[in-house]
Amino acid sequence: MSIKIDPEKCIGCGNCIPACPFGLIEIDRGLAWIKEGCTFCGACVDACGYYAIEIGEIPAPTPTGDSHRGVWVFAEQRQGNLKNAAYELLAKGRELAETLQTELSAVCLGHNIKDVSQLIAYGADKVYLVDSPELADNQEDLCAGQLVALIREHQPEIMLAGATALGRSLIPRVAARLHTGLTADCTGLEIDTEKRLLLQTRPTFGGNIMATIICPAHRPQMATVRPRVFKKNRPQNRQGQIIKADFKREAVTAKTRLLSFVEDLTETVKLEDADIIVAGGRGLGKAENFKLLEELASVLGAAVGSSRPPVDEGWLPYSHQVGQTGKTVCPKLYIACGISGAIQHLAGMQTSDVIVAINEDPNAPIFEIATYGIVGDLFQVVPMLIENLK
Amino acid sequence: MNVVVCLKQVPGTTEVKIDPQTNTLIRQGIKNIINPFDTYALEEGVRLKEKHSGRVTVITMGPPQAEEALREAISLGADEAVLLSDHAFAGADTWATAYTLSLAVRKLGADIIICGRQTLDGDTGQVGPELAEMLKLPFIAYVSQIEEIAEGHIRVRRMIEEGHEVMETTLPAVITVVKEINVPRLPSLRGIARSKSAPIPVWDAATLGAAKDKIGLAGSCTRVIKVFFPKRVSRGEKLEGDLKSQVEKLINKLKEANLI
Amino acid sequence: MEYFLTEQQKTIKGLARRLAEERIRPVRAELDEKEEFPWAIIKDLAAADLFRVFIPEQYEGLGGGCFELCLVVEELSRVCSGVAVSYAASALGTYILMDYGSEEQKQKYLPDVASGRKLTAFALTEPTAGSDASAIRTTAGKVSGGYLLNGTKQFITNGGEAELYTVIALTDKAKGARGASALLVEKGTPGFTFGKKEKKLGIRASATRELVFKNCLIPEGNIIGRAGMGFIMTMRLLDRSRPGIGAQAVGLAQGALEAAVDYTEQRVQFGHPLISLPVVQDKLAGMAILVEAARALVYAAARTTDSGVKSFTEESAMAKVFASDAAMKVTTEAVQVCGGAGYMKDYPLEKMMRDAKITQIYEGSNEVLRNAIAISLRKRKARTP
Repeated sequence: MSIKIDPEKCIGCGNCIPACPFGLIEIDRGLAWIKEGCTFCGACVDACGYYAIEIGEIPAPTPTGDSHRGVWVFAEQRQGNLKNAAYELLAKGRELAETLQTELSAVCLGHNIKDVSQLIAYGADKVYLVDSPELADNQEDLCAGQLVALIREHQPEIMLAGATALGRSLIPRVAARLHTGLTADCTGLEIDTEKRLLLQTRPTFGGNIMATIICPAHRPQMATVRPRVFKKNRPQNRQGQIIKADFKREAVTAKTRLLSFVEDLTETVKLEDADIIVAGGRGLGKAENFKLLEELASVLGAAVGSSRPPVDEGWLPYSHQVGQTGKTVCPKLYIACGISGAIQHLAGMQTSDVIVAINEDPNAPIFEIATYGIVGDLFQVVPMLIENLK
Repeated sequence: MNVVVCLKQVPGTTEVKIDPQTNTLIRQGIKNIINPFDTYALEEGVRLKEKHSGRVTVITMGPPQAEEALREAISLGADEAVLLSDHAFAGADTWATAYTLSLAVRKLGADIIICGRQTLDGDTGQVGPELAEMLKLPFIAYVSQIEEIAEGHIRVRRMIEEGHEVMETTLPAVITVVKEINVPRLPSLRGIARSKSAPIPVWDAATLGAAKDKIGLAGSCTRVIKVFFPKRVSRGEKLEGDLKSQVEKLINKLKEANLI
Repeated sequence: MEYFLTEQQKTIKGLARRLAEERIRPVRAELDEKEEFPWAIIKDLAAADLFRVFIPEQYEGLGGGCFELCLVVEELSRVCSGVAVSYAASALGTYILMDYGSEEQKQKYLPDVASGRKLTAFALTEPTAGSDASAIRTTAGKVSGGYLLNGTKQFITNGGEAELYTVIALTDKAKGARGASALLVEKGTPGFTFGKKEKKLGIRASATRELVFKNCLIPEGNIIGRAGMGFIMTMRLLDRSRPGIGAQAVGLAQGALEAAVDYTEQRVQFGHPLISLPVVQDKLAGMAILVEAARALVYAAARTTDSGVKSFTEESAMAKVFASDAAMKVTTEAVQVCGGAGYMKDYPLEKMMRDAKITQIYEGSNEVLRNAIAISLRKRKARTP
């Protein structure tokens, strides 16, 4: 293995210097030089915008021989509160770590995050915590930098993150910078113990086809998982370490700034956290008819959800949308009214414990996954439900 | 204002079937379209050009037939198009795709690069951010409105689960857009005429100076090892009786299960 | 049936259909209910370059003729006749300028029409002059600097929405019909106001208003062609535009036929879908034949109009009469065949039936046109040895 700087291409910009986890690079006479001790991790190669650094040999796929160990989970937080996705991932991560006989760690970035020790209760052996006021808003340039630095330092073999808005934007950047594979929206994660590979299963073509994917020759193997796909464990009395890691600022300053945040206040019961959801589809007919579902929801203490057509029509805001391009929910009870059950909608709710479907069309696909189905006019059935429940 | 829009040609429907013998998609009889999210990206690019004067170039990495998608983009207002096509690009995962696109973007030069939020077929949403990373440019996802754009600076509104954020960054930058951002126009007759005769250069790996080990299957970090239909668990118990008794039965069952 | 369209014609037709399906269909019921002028759709038509279809290339148009216009009108009308006529009426208001205007006038006004920035309207009809067009009373008295317009026009399509009006008025009252001229009047000219918007049976998305001229000064440069040529220009104009109304009727009938077939396929009575019952099949077949015959006649008349022959009065009249009568029959039968559902506003059929009626009335009522055809027959008989 060899590493060299091409003097024709190198302009001495110095971007490679902070990228090296071992601090081995310096600029001398307008060119970069790499000192003794290089592990050929390739971080400087990626940092160089001029393709001036070349590593002499591409690492051969050595899945059992490589030295990356450990399962990591990105524990996403928002405004100081850890998200449920973190605990869900820890549950799955715990399972994977046991199978691999290795450690499970959580990585947490932010400022003044509450109850970090909960991550241990939910399964983590270690928690790497980077606390800085600059990370309070989840500034993605900075978060990516921290994650990349930590991963290069500790070399986990697997990194999991939630396929949240932040996850789907931030984690690909980390994967690109690390030059490793990332599989999005996984619904299944297993281990091939023989090859020590993570088997990542995900839906494609709107959920019509499932694909199983591996990342054989790059580390860490990265995957994002939709919230509510895995269920979190019960918190336990466990031992673990919280390791405070230093906040590293990139040589390239973060250029993106958050100016303001406007919360969508139309939801009364938050959809993702609701135990019961009453959802409506095209069968509702018009915006006003959602009042009927709101009434049922209020009697049940439920949240109101929607398939895509009502949102497209403008009958209610996007924050209520459940499905492929909306939210994934996993309530105890999901009541689908006037929803046909197109696969894009099912993708967002099929893991609900109990599904009730009310639809006039006996052939509607929703009946195939409903626990209980009523074939009938929702404008008759729903009032009856409301009447009976009062 | 130099705008580059990345688009992908995808099958027109997600109702696809797998050939059980070869484990590959049966694509016959399905029309190809521009990935719907990319039409919003293109529309936004064309609007920027109309407002701030400049040029919109669309690029796509794909087989020769992807040229149709580029021509359609021209009929929708794009000024120029480039097809990135080479056998060596085939089998690329998002990393290798982003790498290939990044070479083209560098060659073209851009003030802003616009991508759709995700594709109909892959749905990963990864190419946009990975592209930004390779270009070492700022990145903002889920843009629902460009509030202000000027020399070297952009301010946008973007959607997240809890609501929306207003963010600003420097240009050049990469953004992905959501469908709330605009209503894409229909093609125009003059656009259609132009799209028929527009020259569309094809850039292969050599033209892009692509590193062999970073493109296509060779450059992909991930590999698909299996493809299958999801199991549909049939639970379907349809209740019986007249509507009134069905409703009563349902409520009883839900009460028994301690759900209500 | 194959009509051997060129590539360009197919492109125009395809684009018009796509626009109709994506932009008009979702809002047509609402436009009809609220009697709302479809400005958003006008903008879409403009963006798609569809207004350029009837303008010559040297004025930023695409140089199409009557046939291309008919293709667009037919596709739009298939989804909503009210929107279609708003588009077609803008062609009606442009033709006299295009055929007789000076280079200066054409350069000044046509590019805005081609880009869809400005709509036009044609103003002939008055309270005392409908079918008897020569009974108009609006005067355009010669004064220094131009003409002073006084009078009222009635039932003007696009009235109030259009920016540019071709107004037929008497520049020389003494000469009667031979004293009429065509003038270009811009909205906002002092002395030019609009009456209330009419409430109509059908084509409710289309705006119909009175134009009121009170000492409205029109500049000298706005008279089109020669004074006194007004009626000749008008007759020629209407000959040119009638195939367009025919196309409106054909599109409407086509839409009704499709909706009727859809419904009768789904509706099951006596254990069978309606469409399998012979009595219904007979009706549908009759409707389909009328639609196709009307289309063939309208296309033939449109092509004749474009071919450069000197006279095409008879052909265009026949196309308009046949197509409009067909539309009325087909839409009425479509409502009938769909039964109670056809009568309800939840379904598009009743609107189509209401929209059809006007096609038999305006741009020359069918009675007047039949008269004209008969006169033409006599003339031909007289000429033949």
